[in-house]
Amino acid sequence: MGESLPRVPRGSQHPSNTLSRPVQTLRVKMVLLGSSGVGKSSLALRFGKDQFKSSSPTVGCAYLTQVVHLNDVTLRFEIWDTAGQEKYHSVTPLYYRGAHAALLVYDISKKETFIRAQVWLKELERHYVPGSTVIWLVGNKGDLTEDRQVSAQEAQSLANEKGLSFTETSALSGDQVTELLQALAHRVYECIGAQQGGLSEWREPSLVTLHHKDTSNPLASCCKVGP
Amino acid sequence: MERDNHQEGEAQGVKICDPPSESNPAADTLATSLSLLGNHMFPDSVERNERLGVNREVPADSLLSDVTAEESSLDAETPSNQIMKPETECQDNVSTQPAADRGTEDSAIDNDQSNSEEFVVTMLAKAKLEEQGLGVKGRSSPLLEAGNQESPAFMSHRDEDVTADSWRAHRKHVFVLSEAGKPIYSRYGSEEALSSTMGVMMALVSFVQSGDNIIRSVYSEEHTVVFLQKGPLVLVCVSSSRQSEQQLRAELLYVYYQIISMLTQASISRIFEHKKNYDLRRLLAGSEKILDGLLNMVDSDPSFLLAAVHCLPLASSLRDSLSQILQKAITPNLVFSILIAKNQLLTIVQEKTVIEDTRLEPTDIHLLLNLIGASSAFQAGEIWTPICLPLFNPDCYFYAYISYLDPPECTVCLLLLSTDKEAFYAVADCKRKIEEAMVAQNSLSLIAKAQSYSVSQVGVSDLRHFMYKPFDVPDNYRQLTQFTSPEMEAPYSSEEEKMRLLDLYRYMHSRIHSTSRPLKLIYHVAERETLLAWVTSKFELYTCFSPLVTKACAITAITKLLRWIKKEEDRLFIRYPPKYSTTPNPSKSSRGGKSDQQDSTDNGFLSLL
Repeated sequence: MGESLPRVPRGSQHPSNTLSRPVQTLRVKMVLLGSSGVGKSSLALRFGKDQFKSSSPTVGCAYLTQVVHLNDVTLRFEIWDTAGQEKYHSVTPLYYRGAHAALLVYDISKKETFIRAQVWLKELERHYVPGSTVIWLVGNKGDLTEDRQVSAQEAQSLANEKGLSFTETSALSGDQVTELLQALAHRVYECIGAQQGGLSEWREPSLVTLHHKDTSNPLASCCKVGP
Repeated sequence: MERDNHQEGEAQGVKICDPPSESNPAADTLATSLSLLGNHMFPDSVERNERLGVNREVPADSLLSDVTAEESSLDAETPSNQIMKPETECQDNVSTQPAADRGTEDSAIDNDQSNSEEFVVTMLAKAKLEEQGLGVKGRSSPLLEAGNQESPAFMSHRDEDVTADSWRAHRKHVFVLSEAGKPIYSRYGSEEALSSTMGVMMALVSFVQSGDNIIRSVYSEEHTVVFLQKGPLVLVCVSSSRQSEQQLRAELLYVYYQIISMLTQASISRIFEHKKNYDLRRLLAGSEKILDGLLNMVDSDPSFLLAAVHCLPLASSLRDSLSQILQKAITPNLVFSILIAKNQLLTIVQEKTVIEDTRLEPTDIHLLLNLIGASSAFQAGEIWTPICLPLFNPDCYFYAYISYLDPPECTVCLLLLSTDKEAFYAVADCKRKIEEAMVAQNSLSLIAKAQSYSVSQVGVSDLRHFMYKPFDVPDNYRQLTQFTSPEMEAPYSSEEEKMRLLDLYRYMHSRIHSTSRPLKLIYHVAERETLLAWVTSKFELYTCFSPLVTKACAITAITKLLRWIKKEEDRLFIRYPPKYSTTPNPSKSSRGGKSDQQDSTDNGFLSLL
């Protein structure tokens, strides 16, 4: 996308309301992985809108964005909420390739989803360059304590062993969800954002057309759209 | 005298739509045909008796003569009593002939006994189905009359008790199984609980197969069981609706295509070549809702029956401007741009160079609409998913970008289909351009005002409802098959009444499209309404009138209706599906004002419709 976007002179983007401070906005590609029905879409919905509603199984992959403000930087999370269903597994690499953050989600009341999360981890390890992806193990449905099949200790020790972070959340109640995103943002910025070329800068795309409206210069863009 | 006037008027009305080149003008002249028809058709008792007679004769070979005869203006020449003579139910049963129909099983079987294999199959079918609770228990089912027990849409039926009477009482069951007899899908009840039932179905299929034959259907007193084999999948429908075998088979085909749309035909055959007893539910997990949704739509939406797309009525200038917005938001490998509002089509734009000579089939659009309707997840954000359009290419995936343009209402949906799985960002960019252009033109609020129309707008008092499907004009322009239909209003406002009207339409449709004795015209006096169905080379029309309408009135009404449709067709249909080229030419495209080229140069096509 970065390449295909028409470039705009730097100065023109600052009047945007979200960017009143001269704070850099960095793009973070995040992917949610895990079995079907563990609550990936519900987590994503909590991240984005702080809502909960029971949803149908995701088709393919849902794409959402969520902005997280840190002290000296703004991170724009581009969240790829993948479908847990097996039929989409052949296309999932599309989504986790180049991801800066990966959430491995399982359901604490279903042991097999925890095992499945470990399979996802192996899959990720085959593709990622160490240090380029923050992997976070997320035990969702924390509200279902009576039916718990995966203990927090068990998950924590797996996380320690593999060098992952670990959180238990409840997308239903919203418990730990915002905290998770904040912690994730800090971690991503620390680990990747500092590196040279780790995170690319994001530019407000709608300003491109606003800009064009004034000049209407066909040379500025290869894919000009008439309003 | 008055009647003559009507006839003349009708003849003119017909000519508008039927150029003199019509090969069989006599049959298409409504007035002529109607005057030959009796008023009171289809009394049930007569129908049964005749069925009995027909079934006994069941001359499979005489079918040929039937088929040849059907082209000659059947309805115009046959006296009324013969028109209503039901077709033999068995002509479709290429291999088996279990003409067990309406309490005549025994006699039918006796007559068929000379053919021992058929006898065995029939008996087997009866026995096994009854054993499994699929068949008849000799009780009369209220479901036969109307779909008044149609289950509420989108309820989960997975946990249903499959031994309960309520399970058996469902109007239409659909099962999908693999050739190894493994359950893949059941509309009601869990597949596991039904594995023995599905085993019996597979036994039936393979038994007939072992005799180098294919089982197509089984008829019992109240149920019709239809089989469809597609590659390694076997689809079975057990229906107590009065739909024809053809219609039920067409519905099974939709189910098959929906499965293909998620997995592709190639991968399904590959999987089963590799492992015969593979459990396909693994791959379809999470997709049951999509199949459930499809079957509910098939029951409640006539688009499937007519194999045509229903588009939202819209002023042609607005539709054109929307098309142009889509046309301008392009990126390489973007093949189709589709705009949908209120689950109806607004416009489709297709890439020119890649698919010059093809178009999207109505079936593929139905599958896409169902996919969007069945998944609430789409409302969360932007979706990027592989999807196969089975009639376009059953073996390949498109990558669909799906996003609502009017959150949180989520009624206007944009669907962009690309062939490049990596193209998400580029395609998402197109959506942004479309969104901006629509904001600039205030399109969303204009779309929000668009709605389906009332039959009262036609201005014919006795007309209650209709469905009109114009046919494609070959050699001129490959038009998307569409139909138009007003809202179902009182007395068809309740779900039961809607279903009853749809069942009447389905009945009319089955008569019109009967394989053995297709009709061009039916005037059907039902208990609470009068229906008239008419098919010509230019259109297919189903109308529903109040019960007291006279034939003369119906003729006048249809003339008026056809004129009204003619007048409104720019609004009712997508008349000129625009194409675009992927090589953008900024100097041209950026200058295009509102609707310029298309409105005016359209006349040639207009006159042909």
